Amino acid sequence: MLSKRIIPCLDVRNGILTKGIKFKDNVDVGDPVAAAKAYYEQGADEIVFYDITASAEGREIMIDVVRKVAENIFIPFSVGGGLRSLEDMRQVLLAGAEKVSINTAAVLNPDLINEGAQAFGSQCIVLGMDVKRVEASSSIPSGYEVFIHGGRTPTGLDALKWAQEGEERGAGEICLNSIDADGTQGGYDLVVTRLIATNVGIPVIASGGAGTPEHIYEALTEGQADAALIASVVHYNLYPISLIKGMLARRGIKVRSYW
Amino acid sequence: MVGIIDYRAGNLTSVARALTHLSIPSIITDDPTVLQECERIIFPGVGAAGQAMQDLKRTGMDEFLRNAIKNKIPVLGICLGTQIILEYSEENSTPCLGLLPGLVRRFPSDLTDRKGRLKVPHMGWNKVKITRNHPVFYEIAEEAEFYFVHSYYPVPKNDSHILGWTEYGITFCSIIAVENIVAVQFHPEKSGRPGLQILKNFCYWSGKDAE
Repeated sequence: MLSKRIIPCLDVRNGILTKGIKFKDNVDVGDPVAAAKAYYEQGADEIVFYDITASAEGREIMIDVVRKVAENIFIPFSVGGGLRSLEDMRQVLLAGAEKVSINTAAVLNPDLINEGAQAFGSQCIVLGMDVKRVEASSSIPSGYEVFIHGGRTPTGLDALKWAQEGEERGAGEICLNSIDADGTQGGYDLVVTRLIATNVGIPVIASGGAGTPEHIYEALTEGQADAALIASVVHYNLYPISLIKGMLARRGIKVRSYW
Repeated sequence: MVGIIDYRAGNLTSVARALTHLSIPSIITDDPTVLQECERIIFPGVGAAGQAMQDLKRTGMDEFLRNAIKNKIPVLGICLGTQIILEYSEENSTPCLGLLPGLVRRFPSDLTDRKGRLKVPHMGWNKVKITRNHPVFYEIAEEAEFYFVHSYYPVPKNDSHILGWTEYGITFCSIIAVENIVAVQFHPEKSGRPGLQILKNFCYWSGKDAE
């Protein structure tokens, strides 16, 4: 039986680790390679990097970060943020990432999902989705809308329909981020997590809102997620990964507890 | 020197990087004459069986592998590399190398466990139940978990060729070990410290099943 995965998320800007709250007011807090190595040694099952760099030079720096991370950690890691083409994906994968995550580019050019899955395999392609609760309507029956451009631009796409389309097009996994919950440390949005996780056939990573191990427990049980993305909860050393996993294991969740 | 077979199937550099981290020299190549100089061979791979077989034949790697195994060179198969050494894969009905008797099956689409429906591919961390002592799995703890990503699994014909089992709705063979061949369905290069330990053990292994 598969273990539920605990995945720290690191935001990187110009090669430097930052901590983001609600997608704005990012503050630099350190070296991403050192942070990745620390989480690897503390028992992270996977690591996610979001490159929030805007410039081309910053992108080169990110590739270099990916290369250094790959030399130091021997668990899967994914890279997302600003990947717009097959060539962008190829560079990140060749530098040593296991997976790439596409979000805005997938909405603007959905064929990119198919092309990525064709070229590198579905297991490489993570569909990142930023969703926000809206009033349910005929065009958005689930009551959750997909946003792009770091959560700034509404797309008119229904979250569930988009998740299912992503799966059909060949995405191997969905990383589902709730804009409402992100950065609040008040818990994941369990409603949308469960809605997506129970209606697609690919793994769903819950994201946004983890503040305590209890929140992670909820996402993996009530939310039915296969994995939980965490940021603040570990970045400030409030709860080390080993403690989170110990608590989950005691409550009957299968987690990897030997590393 | 460890030779890593390049047949354009996925992330070969991650295996090389893991070996570098272990201070073990390696070379990635699709040239059989270079591989002939290597004292052991790693046969990795992510991707589709059909494409992989075409590339192996085009580069003459199929013959090289056949001879390496006959000549008792230690060989480590990983993921697709493990599947390809069997006779036949259900993935696009592909005839494979046939270095060991057995075939490759797809996980059933209605896979379930007591908690409900299971997703395919089998992707993530899972345990392996090792059935007997083997030098390549020396000092691997029973609680250790390994990283898997696959929709197909190996079914060796001969039960004595199976060294490890994994549970995912069904119980499938996750490690094959026969004489100088060890083949794993998971990715040791992505499985943290226990995975690195397996790579290291392999690189110091004489190629004999029991020592």
